[in-house]
Amino acid sequence: MRDAPAILPDRGLADRISAALWRHPKAFLGLLLALPLLWLGVVYLGSLAALLLQSFYSIDEFSGVVKEEFTLKTYAELFRAQNLDIIVRTLLMSALVTLACAVIAFPIAYFAARYAKGRWKALFYLGVMLPLWSSYLVKVYAWKLILAKEGIVTWAAEGAGMGFFLDAVLALPGVGGNSLSTSPMGTFIVFVYIWLPYMILPMQASLERVPGSMLEAAADLGASGGQTFRTVILPLALPGVIAGSIFTFSLTLGDYIIPQIIGTSARFIGLAVYQLQGTAGNIPLAAAFAVVPIIIMLIYLTIAKRMGAFDAL
Amino acid sequence: MTAAVEFQNVTRHFGNVRAVDGVNLAIAEGEFFAMLGPSGSGKTTCLRLISGFEQPSGGAISIFGQDVSNVPPNKRNVNTVFQDYALFPHMTVRDNVAYGLMVKGIGKAERLAKAEEMLGLVKLPGYGDRKPGQLSGGQRQRVALARALVNEPRVLLLDEPLGALDLKLREAMQDELKALQKRLGITFVFVTHDQHEALSMADRLAVFSDGKIAQIGTPEDVYARPQSRFVADFVGSSNVLPPGLTRALGGPAKWASLRPEAVRLSAEGQGRGRVTAIRYLGAGSRVVLDIGGTEVAALVPAGQPLPGEGAEAAIAFDPTALHVMEA
Repeated sequence: MRDAPAILPDRGLADRISAALWRHPKAFLGLLLALPLLWLGVVYLGSLAALLLQSFYSIDEFSGVVKEEFTLKTYAELFRAQNLDIIVRTLLMSALVTLACAVIAFPIAYFAARYAKGRWKALFYLGVMLPLWSSYLVKVYAWKLILAKEGIVTWAAEGAGMGFFLDAVLALPGVGGNSLSTSPMGTFIVFVYIWLPYMILPMQASLERVPGSMLEAAADLGASGGQTFRTVILPLALPGVIAGSIFTFSLTLGDYIIPQIIGTSARFIGLAVYQLQGTAGNIPLAAAFAVVPIIIMLIYLTIAKRMGAFDAL
Repeated sequence: MTAAVEFQNVTRHFGNVRAVDGVNLAIAEGEFFAMLGPSGSGKTTCLRLISGFEQPSGGAISIFGQDVSNVPPNKRNVNTVFQDYALFPHMTVRDNVAYGLMVKGIGKAERLAKAEEMLGLVKLPGYGDRKPGQLSGGQRQRVALARALVNEPRVLLLDEPLGALDLKLREAMQDELKALQKRLGITFVFVTHDQHEALSMADRLAVFSDGKIAQIGTPEDVYARPQSRFVADFVGSSNVLPPGLTRALGGPAKWASLRPEAVRLSAEGQGRGRVTAIRYLGAGSRVVLDIGGTEVAALVPAGQPLPGEGAEAAIAFDPTALHVMEA
């Protein structure tokens, strides 16, 4: 032992590189960030800027050519009744889907965070992630069949003597329709199903970080279950709920496939963008439409921040 | 007089593990009671049975004569200082302390005034606007104490309350807790694995081992007259003598305990052995002798001559110091 050197010999290039990075921590940081910065900064933000720029152009109504002059005319078009309709419909759907996802996800996430151990935890992750492994389109078409007039939901409802209930739901103005798969109700159900994992996972992660002793402390001090939920669990889990709602909200805001396949053919923002930049060739209006979800999300996050959603981060 | 807390043959099983196994216990009102034991001995489970976070598998628990077997934690007039303090990180210190009053529906002005008063009691006046994250460990501990006391519980439970504090702070808090308990007259039940803490603070203590109470009594009782090898060994690192050695030293052929501080080193004496280790403790030195295969420690006060390691020495002690045990 006495003869061992104080400095161990280099074992090769890898050792010399790691030593050099140890001596220059800033270079190491730069190396770590180079690729993401290039991607985020140039490719992603760059295309976003290009999109923003496009939205300030307008289209010549006769020739259909994009006029590359700065104008707010395209944005003014968003406020036409038919376009405003699309925005309000999308916003309402996103809000409802987010709310439903939060309500459904909470007990699942709570169970996983508080009670599930070992095998049950594995089952939870599998159960939540499994739907993400299969194609989005396959799932949506599967739901179209499930919700169709001849589908399993109708069949089960009639078999259980609940056919009248289904008919009553479908007869509701605004949400009902010919069958579930051709009603706004159906669009809603499929949206909730498709985005639910994105709400469960962040919620579970944030609930996981609330120590059990905190809930015991609340009960110990006399809080009822409801009080503990409102004053301790919810505030501490709020960052997770907000993170989840950002997913469900923005994914619903931008989706253009589900409303095409399931529901009435009423247009949503995503579908409008898709059609405007494709068949209609109205890139400026498509860009202006695409800016709407960005602005809505910014407003949403500002409100969330004001409410203290990120204080516990 | 009804006991503040009473356990009648209480058991608590976790699967096949008997965490608490037939415990009988009566804690008197106004008592400072310690539950002492190594980890996994069932002491913390007993505390959680009192607060209601665990339910007994068998037996009955009563608080001030009332059976609490079916009473949830939030309906028990008992409060807990948690080991990790469990302060709410998203609330200010003041809101943390006022929490118990808030959930009871007491008005804002009144509960905040009461919280301020409690912060004064634990010597943290003016800290109300801070968040728990901005406090030191000792200050958090005081906040946890204030938060538990604001409800004016009839029994205060403390789960390893001083475990996370450094030595100096721990000693200061021991004195303060003791003084606070005297002043408030509330029954304190605290769990610890630190024998010194239990001996110095408690009016009475229960020593736990494998889910059972090995001995219950005053600190003097438990320290000077341990009833079993386990208690003698666990409470204050006593010498535990096997029957053969006890007889060789002039006692009956039974297990016995002998406190290191009762043992003197001498040239001539009942037991001879070789010095295997010497540890300097400041106020004295702990000298360990190997006597016929049993290690016997003697506490030699500072200033007295010490034998060298490996030297031969004999031990001498007052025959009354030899405490014979039944188990």
